[in-house]
Amino acid sequence: MSYIELKDITKSYHAGNNILEEIDLTIEKGEFFVLVGPSGSGKSTLLRMIAGLEEVTGGILKMDEKIVNHLQPKDRNLSMVFQNYALYPHLSVEQNILFGLKAKKISKTEQQKRLKETAEMMGLSDLLGRKPRQLSGGQRQRVALARSVVSEAPLCLMDEPLSNLDAKLRAQMRVEIRRLQKQLGLTLIYVTHDQVEAMTMGDRIMVLNDGKIQQVGKPITLYNEPANLFVASFIGSPKMNIGRAEIKEAPGLLVNNTLAFSADARLQEALEVHKDIVVGIRPEHIQPATHYEATHSLEVVNVEQLGNETSLALDVGGELWTAKWPGQWEIETGHLLEVYISQEHLSFFDAQTEKLIRPASFSGHGEVQAI
Amino acid sequence: MRIPIGRKVITYLLLILAAFLIFTPTLMAVVMSFMTNQDIMTGSLPSAFSLDNYRRAFEQFPLLHYLINSFLISIIIMIGQLVLASLAAYAFVFLEFKGRDFLFYLFIATMMVPFEASIIPNFHTIRDLGWIDQYTGLTVPFFAMAFGTFLLRQNFKQIPKELREASQIAGMGDVKFYLTVVLPVAKTSLITLGVYGFLTSWNMYLWPLLATTNDNVRTVQIGLRQLQSQEQMNDWGVIMAGAVIVIIPTLILLFLGQKKLQRGLTEGALK
Ligand SMILES: Nc1ncnc2c1ncn2[C@@H]1O[C@H](COP(=O)(O)OP(=O)(O)O)[C@@H](O)[C@H]1O
Ligand SMILES: [Mg+2]
Repeated sequence: MSYIELKDITKSYHAGNNILEEIDLTIEKGEFFVLVGPSGSGKSTLLRMIAGLEEVTGGILKMDEKIVNHLQPKDRNLSMVFQNYALYPHLSVEQNILFGLKAKKISKTEQQKRLKETAEMMGLSDLLGRKPRQLSGGQRQRVALARSVVSEAPLCLMDEPLSNLDAKLRAQMRVEIRRLQKQLGLTLIYVTHDQVEAMTMGDRIMVLNDGKIQQVGKPITLYNEPANLFVASFIGSPKMNIGRAEIKEAPGLLVNNTLAFSADARLQEALEVHKDIVVGIRPEHIQPATHYEATHSLEVVNVEQLGNETSLALDVGGELWTAKWPGQWEIETGHLLEVYISQEHLSFFDAQTEKLIRPASFSGHGEVQAI
Repeated sequence: MRIPIGRKVITYLLLILAAFLIFTPTLMAVVMSFMTNQDIMTGSLPSAFSLDNYRRAFEQFPLLHYLINSFLISIIIMIGQLVLASLAAYAFVFLEFKGRDFLFYLFIATMMVPFEASIIPNFHTIRDLGWIDQYTGLTVPFFAMAFGTFLLRQNFKQIPKELREASQIAGMGDVKFYLTVVLPVAKTSLITLGVYGFLTSWNMYLWPLLATTNDNVRTVQIGLRQLQSQEQMNDWGVIMAGAVIVIIPTLILLFLGQKKLQRGLTEGALK
């Protein structure tokens, strides 16, 4: 049963200049749905259209099987958390939390009951008398969440709610929001420009770029089988290494004029129809030649020791590729390094359409471990 | 930054001199208001301190009545301006309608028309309405205030639009949002504007002169002027006493307002 349905939604502020195009999407009840994309891609606009704060230019927006294109925000039964939290500066935490309930004329006793529950759940019980300016960023964030929780609306929209917090707090709040959503059974639409947030929080992710859907799917699917070059380089950190490929007679495949790979007949055939080919490979798939025999040797340009892993910048025909090796490695820059790169780990894209031709054949199997 | 001591001394001397020059007339008025008539006439230095002038100011002409008139008129104008300017500013910031910005600039353009230029049409209007010698005639023409609208619009624009959106989602209408969020949040600017409006009206001279013909509704500024020409020989002591009384509200408001302003500024700050 789909809860929210977008059919061919478009949005433009000036005629002929579409900010969002051909948005087709369904979101299930109880789903944690993440909208991710670079800034300016139209994420907020889309979210605000769902909230009813922005007019829908074209297409149909349905909630619970009903068309809601022209429904007032207050009648959509949803709550929203804003990037700047939108707390009322002149009201106390308590008044801020109860603001919506007051406007909806919910009885005093019910208000107090919900306030108590929510404040306890969010750890705000001791702060109820404070003004927003007397709170830390994390606490303000909690008040904003509490305001949304207290409304008991089944649908919650969040627009980059964590981007004003420091990294540590952000990681903590990610978990908390996720837990809250599961606990309350909320349908959550979560906007972020941070692919880590998207990957770690979402049941499903939609990648948006320039107002167009790039791909919708489970985080792991987006990672393993990115539908195009944009998704490939947007999802994953460090980003996927990209190189131009040529099909050659003898070994089969030459990437960036440097890396040679063998290509079997089926791959050759699949690639032949495409004029220009781009290959992508994840940093963790450029592996040390310890378990395997080295396939290539590359010049090391830079080494970053992160403690639990080592990040290497390698020169591949004039372009810098990143490799990520687990553990600590003592490697000197400027030397040639033996590495193992399997053709199985290469994803193939058409350079013109930027669409995926063939995902890494290795991915998706043997990578994900189920317990 | 360190300023050399010599420069500092010179700067301060100049500042003191300038302050003295500017303040001298006021100072003289205050001193004269406490002097006896004798001393004023002979132009000597004050020889005795007397409150006689103040007593006579209240006795000889209806100063109290004028003061009350001035006060009422200033308060009414202030409230009228605050209500109209804040409502207009709200519309210019939070309501979306076609030609909003154009209308606003048109509104602002009226600031370039000096009050003196509109005084005759205004006079015709209130005369035709029969508002001469009425509080309405003295106050209503000042309600619409382009400057106030401009000031409040700038201030309201700083209110994040997410606040309005959050209230929309909560199901709160414009009027309620205006009353419960915008006004409290913009408190500081409203007070500033209120003080400004009050003082401007309090010190108004030309309009009350035109729009009144009798003592009943006359303001204190006009009253003072009358005092000066009523007798053949001006009783400067009384006039100065009246003038001092008239500037008292200005001073009170400035001191109070300044304090309130500072508090409001720090209170309203929320990053
Ligand atoms: N009120 C508006 N009028 C005109 N253009 C707008 C308006 N709001 C947003 N845009 C444009 O729409 C695009 C998408 O904006 P937005 O949805 O805020 O992006 P995101 O949230 O992904 O960063 C941007 O190019 C922005 O300039
Ligand atoms: Mg945004």
